[in-house]
Amino acid sequence: MKKIFAYTDGLTRLPTHYCPGCTHGVIHRVVGEVIDELGIRGTTVGVAPVGCAVLAYKYFNCDMFEASHGRAPAVATGAKRCRPEMSVFTYQGDGDLASIGMAEIVHAANRGEKFTVIFVNNAIYGMTGGQMAPTTMPNQRSTTTPFGRDVNLAGYPIRVAEMLSTLTTPAYVSRVSSHTAEQTVRAKEVIKKAFQYQIAGTCFTFVEVLSTCPTNWGLSPRESNKWLEKEMLPYYPLGDIKRPEDFEGGQHAGN
Amino acid sequence: MAKVLMKGNEAIGEAAIRAGCIHFFGYPITPQSEVPEYLAKRLPEVGGVFVQAESEVAASNMIYGAAGVGMRVLTTSSSPGISLMAEGVSYLAGAELPVVIVNIMRGGPGLGGILPSQGDYLQATKGMAHGDFDLIVLAPSSVQEAVDLTIRAFQLAEKYRNPVMVVGDGMIGQMMEPVDFPEVEVGPPLAADDWALTGCEGRSPRDVNSLFLDANDLHNHNVKLKDKFAVITENEQEWELYSCEGEYDVLVTSFGMMARICKTAIDVLAEEGIKVGLFRPITIKPYPYDACREAAQKAKRLLCVEMNMGQMIQDVQLATRGAKEIDFFGKAGGVIPSVEDVIQSVRETLAKTGK
Ligand SMILES: Cc1ncc(C[n+]2csc(CCOP(=O)(O)OP(=O)(O)O)c2C)c(N)n1
Ligand code: SF4
Repeated sequence: MKKIFAYTDGLTRLPTHYCPGCTHGVIHRVVGEVIDELGIRGTTVGVAPVGCAVLAYKYFNCDMFEASHGRAPAVATGAKRCRPEMSVFTYQGDGDLASIGMAEIVHAANRGEKFTVIFVNNAIYGMTGGQMAPTTMPNQRSTTTPFGRDVNLAGYPIRVAEMLSTLTTPAYVSRVSSHTAEQTVRAKEVIKKAFQYQIAGTCFTFVEVLSTCPTNWGLSPRESNKWLEKEMLPYYPLGDIKRPEDFEGGQHAGN
Repeated sequence: MAKVLMKGNEAIGEAAIRAGCIHFFGYPITPQSEVPEYLAKRLPEVGGVFVQAESEVAASNMIYGAAGVGMRVLTTSSSPGISLMAEGVSYLAGAELPVVIVNIMRGGPGLGGILPSQGDYLQATKGMAHGDFDLIVLAPSSVQEAVDLTIRAFQLAEKYRNPVMVVGDGMIGQMMEPVDFPEVEVGPPLAADDWALTGCEGRSPRDVNSLFLDANDLHNHNVKLKDKFAVITENEQEWELYSCEGEYDVLVTSFGMMARICKTAIDVLAEEGIKVGLFRPITIKPYPYDACREAAQKAKRLLCVEMNMGQMIQDVQLATRGAKEIDFFGKAGGVIPSVEDVIQSVRETLAKTGK
C-alpha cells in the first residue's frame, strides 16, 4: 500500500487546541512541512504570538519563543541579529501584528530584518472572543462592533501587505489564502519561497495568509470558507506584492 | 592598566564590552544617549551587533530575543524609556533571561526633565511591572563603580538567570572621571547551553516562555522565582560603610552619587569634630537590611538623603524596624543637593538628638 499522507517532522504530534474548521491548523501544517522539507528544523527558531496561536511553541517541532503581544518581530530581530546563521520566523495574528505590534512589524520590515513573518489574517480577534481587528471588514459584526464595523469611526481595514510593500527596503511580500486545498498548496509554495529567500540572506520576507475563524464569525467551517472568498478576497487580493528581484538601487521597478 | 578619562555613559558601554557583551539594542534618550552613540562606533570594531530600536518597548523585546538565543546583551535608557520597558522586563524575568538594563535616571514624573535624579528607586526595587518577580539592582556612586558594577551585573545576571538593572543618575552618565577597566575573563554566556534556543539539532526542541496556563504550574514557577531571590538575598548584598568606626549620633543613609556628596559633607563636619556615619547600599535590591540595622544601632537618629522625595526611607524603616527616627532631606527634578545643604540638614538632625 502506498502511503499518501503522514505526519510532518516540522510539527510535534500534539493535537492542537484550535476550533474545528479553523485554518490556523492547516497553516501550521504547511509551515511545518516547509521547515521539514528545507531540512532546517535543527537550525530554526520560531516566535509564537499572543492570540489563538499562543501555544504554537508546543506545535512547531523546533526551538520556539513565546513573545509578548505584538512584539514577535522585535524578539525575532534580537534572535536573528545575534544568530544570523539560524532561520527565524514569527507566526502572528492580525491583532498581534497589525494593532498592538504595528510599530514592531513596520520597523523590522524597514530595517530589512532577514526573517520570515507568517501573518494570519482572520479579520477578527479570535482568542479574546471576537472583537474587532484592524483587518475586520467594513460592516462586519464583532463583539466590539455589534452593529458592524463603522468605517467612519473605526476606519477601513488595513492592508498590511500592501502597506509594507511601500517601504523602499527590499523585501518579499506576498498574500495567500487557506480557504481551499488549492490555495493552501499555493500558500505552501509561497511560504517555502519566503524561507528560501531568508536562507539565502536576501531580504525580509512576509507572507499574509487569509484565514478563517468559524467560532467568532458565527459560521460553519464551510460557510466560513465561502465568506472568506466572497468578503475578504476582493479586498485582500492574492499574489506577490513585492519581490526582491524588482529592486534596482534604491528604487523599486514599478513603484 | 593605565586609567583613562571617560564620560560615565561611554565607560558603561566600554565596560559591557569588557564583560564580553557585544550586543546592544536601545533607543536614544537624554541623559544616556552617549551609551548607544559610543556602542554604535565600538561594536562594529569587535564584531558585535548594534541596533537602534524603534522604541524602548521594542528594545526590551529585542533583548529577550538576543538573550533567548544565548547571547550576552545590554540595553540602556533613562526614566521615561525604562517605563516603556516594563513589559519586556516582566517577560524577561518570567522567562528567566539574563540581561543587563541600565537606567541613567532623570527627573520625573511624566516627561519631567533631563537633569539628574534618583526618582526611579521605587520603580527599580519594588515592582517595575506586572507579576511577582525581583530584579537585582545595583547603584554605583562613581564612574569607576559604574564600570565595575556593569561588569558585575552581567556576572550576576548569568549566575542567577535573572535580569539585572544598574541605576545611575544623570550625573554619573554625564561626568568624566578617570577609570580603570579591570581585566575580566570572559567565556560564552554561563550555562546558556542548557536552555538557550540554539537550534534543536541533536536534542529535543526547547522554548523560552513565560506562559503557564495551569494555575499550579504558574504558582510553582512563582515559588521558584521567590526561592531564587532568597538565595540572591543571602549571597549578593553589597554596601559601604563610611566613617562608621567609633561613635556617632547621626547616621546618614544615601545611595548612588548622592552618597558621594554626603561623604564630602561628613568630612567637613569631621573637621569640626562632629562625627557622622554613612550607610550606602550598593545593591539597592536585595537591600542590605541587616547591615543597615547594624550601622543604625550606634546612631540616635537617622538622616536619609536622596535626589527624590524620599523613596528609600521605607527600606531604611524596614531595616531599623521603626526603632529609630528618620529624617529626610532631598531634592528632585534635577536640583542636586550641595555639600552645604547636606551639612545643614545633618545639623538639624543633630539638634533633634539633643546635641
Ligand atoms: C498587552 C496585552 N493586551 C491585550 C492582550 C489580550 N489579547 C490576547 S490575544 C488578543 C488578540 C488576538 O487576536 P489576533 O492577533 O487577531 O489573533 P487570533 O486570536 O485571531 O489568532 C488580545 C487583545 C494581551 N494578551 N496582552
Ligand atoms: S477562536 Fe477562531 S481563530 Fe481561534 S481557534 Fe477558534 S476558530 Fe480559530
